[in-house]
Amino acid sequence: MQTTAAEKIFVKGNEAVAMAAIEAGCRCYFGYPITPQSDIPEYLSRELPGRGGEFIQAESEIGAINMLLGASAAGTRAMTSSSGPGISLKQEGISYMAGSELPGVIVDIMRAGPGLGGIDASQADYWQATRGGGHGGYRIIVLAPASVQEMYDLTMLAFDLSDIYRMPAMVLADSVVGQMKESVTPNPRPQVALPAKEWVVRGRSEGEPQNVVKSLYLGDGEMEAFHWKMQARYQELADNECRWEEAQTSDAELIVTAFGSTARIAKTAVAMAREAGMKVGLMRPITLFPFPRKTFASLSERCKLFLDIELSTGQMIDDVRLSVARDADVAFYGRPPGAGSLPTPEELFEQIKKNYRVRPEQSRI
Amino acid sequence: MKQVFTRPESLKNVATHFCPGCHHGSVHRLVAEALDEFGIRSQTIGVASVGCSVFLYGYFDIDVIEAPHGRAPAVATGAKRARPDRIVFTYQGDGDLAAIGMSEIIHSANRGEDITVIFVNNTTYGMTGGQMAPTTLPGQKTSTSPYGRDVSKDGAPFKMAELLSNLDGVAFSARVALNSPRNVLNAKKMIKTAFRYQVEKKGFSFIEALASCPTNWGMNPLDANQRVSDEMIPYFPLGVYKNTAQL
Repeated sequence: MQTTAAEKIFVKGNEAVAMAAIEAGCRCYFGYPITPQSDIPEYLSRELPGRGGEFIQAESEIGAINMLLGASAAGTRAMTSSSGPGISLKQEGISYMAGSELPGVIVDIMRAGPGLGGIDASQADYWQATRGGGHGGYRIIVLAPASVQEMYDLTMLAFDLSDIYRMPAMVLADSVVGQMKESVTPNPRPQVALPAKEWVVRGRSEGEPQNVVKSLYLGDGEMEAFHWKMQARYQELADNECRWEEAQTSDAELIVTAFGSTARIAKTAVAMAREAGMKVGLMRPITLFPFPRKTFASLSERCKLFLDIELSTGQMIDDVRLSVARDADVAFYGRPPGAGSLPTPEELFEQIKKNYRVRPEQSRI
Repeated sequence: MKQVFTRPESLKNVATHFCPGCHHGSVHRLVAEALDEFGIRSQTIGVASVGCSVFLYGYFDIDVIEAPHGRAPAVATGAKRARPDRIVFTYQGDGDLAAIGMSEIIHSANRGEDITVIFVNNTTYGMTGGQMAPTTLPGQKTSTSPYGRDVSKDGAPFKMAELLSNLDGVAFSARVALNSPRNVLNAKKMIKTAFRYQVEKKGFSFIEALASCPTNWGMNPLDANQRVSDEMIPYFPLGVYKNTAQL
């Protein structure tokens, strides 16, 4: 791959994900058709084979996630992608990958649900993504792009973080970012120091230890020890890998918080508020797990009013409330996902006006 | 003195957890002998499934991936596509392969993945305590078919070796048994042939091994062995169902 500065290209978010995967060294992709993510398998079915990669259209999302498990166990960078109904099917495999400490990238282009739901943008799978999603009590890395450029950059980051922390990483987007076309700089793969994959199954040669990729722990204390080890790893993630975008928060009386495509709309609303002379800022978490709790905590030392906006009836708000100072208020505006429920900037500006208040000077310490 | 019998190098020198009279140990040994005889132990990745076969890594001295229930052929597909230079086999029971994993086995076979599948059919779920399996014989009583398998409600047992042989992607399919010295010798030959298919990159190979489960059948090992002859082989005939390369 070239390492000189890349020229800008004009592509869909889903295509940017697929291009970034190839640039990141992903050599196996396993998927199943589902709207609104099918551009990803289509692109990779065309582009991977010519580059020495493997593309399989699996029999189901269950098949696909387990192929990912096998390819990852054999030491290869691999990816799968889907949307709500398919991501639900993948939860079994994601749990086994988490239990087996396997890396692997899962792209979730969210659509409305529950059930078959609809193909419109949604953020209602925040809980499913950030709480593990499958059985057993685990977490995975969750990255939330808000632009096509971030679809590209965060997909590459997902591969690196997944390898470094030996856990699955999810790119959590929606059909707005997935289907939208924007100009992108397809940057070359960053040089990141990655740990050697000494644990992969490769065929056990004389004198080499037997490698076993497994999630069954029956011995006394083994399962507990695994969980404590993972808890320490989650803490390490929280300490080192939180990412967020902050705008105009230093003097803000109200901080709007939102992720992904909703944050794009919120950003316009925040600009409208500033235009109207209101001190409003924006805090956009980019890593949803680890959630940038410390940043929310420090912002709430000074600003006591937050407005959380989501394309759901409220899921990330749980994490915001757990993060801010006890005397900070967290207001909420959200709409259930579905055709026609994407809010306009004007609508969000109205919500800012409704909630905005300037704290009296004497209440500041 | 000439040594005429020893433990295969591909097996660890450990006691297994298998019950007295269970045929898993025999199948393990034959697979290990095949790996030894082809000299492929250091290139082999085993894929364990869920059930009594889950402890594959405890007995085989090879690298192993433990797959979710039924998904071993999908996991093996991923591993083989990632490392086409490796020998990849799955080892699965009847509940794992023919019930929860039916989709994965059919599609991996149909794609003609260059893997070997060892399918141990003992007509019951062993690890969970003897429930009705997709291969439980008509009339057979289990802990979830206390009145005997009723074919009108539960369907008839799946004949996997025959079923898979109908798929164009399958290169080799055979059913063997382990209830007599003669059958064991033949099983060895068939298991070796199945691995030869993969060594020579000739496509998907499948072995169905009829096995006893004395504990869950409520029998002593000798009676269980006899049941394989009297009840299982008549329903699940032994033989080679497909051998495209005539190996």
